[in-house]
Amino acid sequence: MFNRGAIINVRGIGHRTVESVLRFGYATRFIALTLLNSGASFRRIHLIVRELYFTGVLSMIIILVSGLFVGMVLGFQGYHTLKIYGSESALGVLVSLSLVRELGPVVSGLLFASRAGSAMTAEIGLMKTTEQLSAMEMMAVDPIARVVAPRFWAGVISMPLLAAIFSAMGVYGGYLIGVVLIGVDDGSFWSQMQSAVDFREDILNGVIKSFVFGIAVTWIALFEGYDSPPTAEGVSGATTRTVVTSSLAILGLDFILTAFMFRGV
Amino acid sequence: MATENLVEISGVGYSYDKRRPILSGIDMTIPRGKVVAIMGISGSGKTTLLRLIAGWFKPTRGDIRVDGVLTSALDRDGLYKMRRRMGMLFQFGALFTDLSVYDNVAFQMREHTNLSEAMIRDIVMIKLHAVGLRGAHNLMPSELSGGMSRRVALARAIALDPMLMMYDEPFTGLDPISLGVIRNLVRRLNDTLGSTSIVVTHDVQEALDIVDYVYYLSEGVMVAHGTPDEMRASKDPLVHQFVWGEADGPVAYQYPSRKYNEELELV
Repeated sequence: MFNRGAIINVRGIGHRTVESVLRFGYATRFIALTLLNSGASFRRIHLIVRELYFTGVLSMIIILVSGLFVGMVLGFQGYHTLKIYGSESALGVLVSLSLVRELGPVVSGLLFASRAGSAMTAEIGLMKTTEQLSAMEMMAVDPIARVVAPRFWAGVISMPLLAAIFSAMGVYGGYLIGVVLIGVDDGSFWSQMQSAVDFREDILNGVIKSFVFGIAVTWIALFEGYDSPPTAEGVSGATTRTVVTSSLAILGLDFILTAFMFRGV
Repeated sequence: MATENLVEISGVGYSYDKRRPILSGIDMTIPRGKVVAIMGISGSGKTTLLRLIAGWFKPTRGDIRVDGVLTSALDRDGLYKMRRRMGMLFQFGALFTDLSVYDNVAFQMREHTNLSEAMIRDIVMIKLHAVGLRGAHNLMPSELSGGMSRRVALARAIALDPMLMMYDEPFTGLDPISLGVIRNLVRRLNDTLGSTSIVVTHDVQEALDIVDYVYYLSEGVMVAHGTPDEMRASKDPLVHQFVWGEADGPVAYQYPSRKYNEELELV
């Protein structure tokens, strides 16, 4: 005899699986519609520029400050470890490779999800709750073309730029600690960095990562907002899901991308 | 050729799932130039009917024709083309909160026309003047009271001189002065713009003063219709209870529950 509780559990797992697959299907349809309706956004570029300000420019402070501090911590930690092997001069290499390959895209992606992603979800969710999206639809204006697509492209464009700024600030933070505070040789810090960091292997791969994270975070944030139940509880739940799902997506995608990019290095 | 009735609804039914019909067997005609009210208590299917007319949902049964066109047969482009000739005032205005009053009213003109900014400005000012808010054009929606928001939303809805205006609970939550202003605007704008209006409401007395005809819905079924005077004089218990706002009647005031004295443990 089957245990009744076990049957209910299995049914629950099945139900959740079907729900997840359905939701992923809706999300895929949503992104496809967004891409199909992107033409108008590029014809009216001011719509994207406006969103670039909200998602990109307004995220700058947190990115600049975090990048600086992460770089400074790397400077301390890197120096402490490298000193054991007498390789303090390679501090620039350690700081820059850590940032450009991994920490830049990943940490700025996580920050972007918390700062800009959550704001996008809450804004679109509230637009839905207050019937602004319905009003737009009633005025024969497609909300996906007018509201979603400009935000999507703004997010996709912002993310690699923010990651680059994060990495640059991080390198500067490492320089401040390693060279200015601790006294690592200025010339070897920069020259070793210059010779060890490869444009294609390191920088380009980092840019690709941040670009992929930008697509993932913006897609999740916009879909969660657009799909949120039109209540205060619904919008708050959607905002939370954006941050959690985006963060997990970034970490998962980072693992997959790293496995492909650096498996032979 | 233009039909006499702008909206014709015949045998319309709608349900989200087969077990729970929202609307069934609705027959209705809305003549051109008239202001028609769809009334009923909350949950009677009024707003759903309004959204069916706007082509938001497709009826599961029956036909809806707007200006002679079967809305359920329209594709997305056709529907959007028709909606450019419709205006809807949402319950709480639904103004775009990131745009100023001016930009809200200019929104449709910028989206759908090639009018110059100078011409758009003139039209925006005319529409705002019609609702008495020309001086508020620089304000943001967050700076407006509930009544002002509703009036700006009305100016936005009439921006392209729609042939059909739809009002979804336009009187809800307004102070007496704003309510009177909105009520008179509904009638005045209909007559001056030469449009046709549908007012979905449960504010009986306000609506009966300005409309030409009333349809009364109860639990998704059309139970009565007539002129405002006929509705006031109606002997139908449902209509009578609704029009005169009585607690006793076919619509129970109390949600189904245990006996009162049992609940208070008096027995």
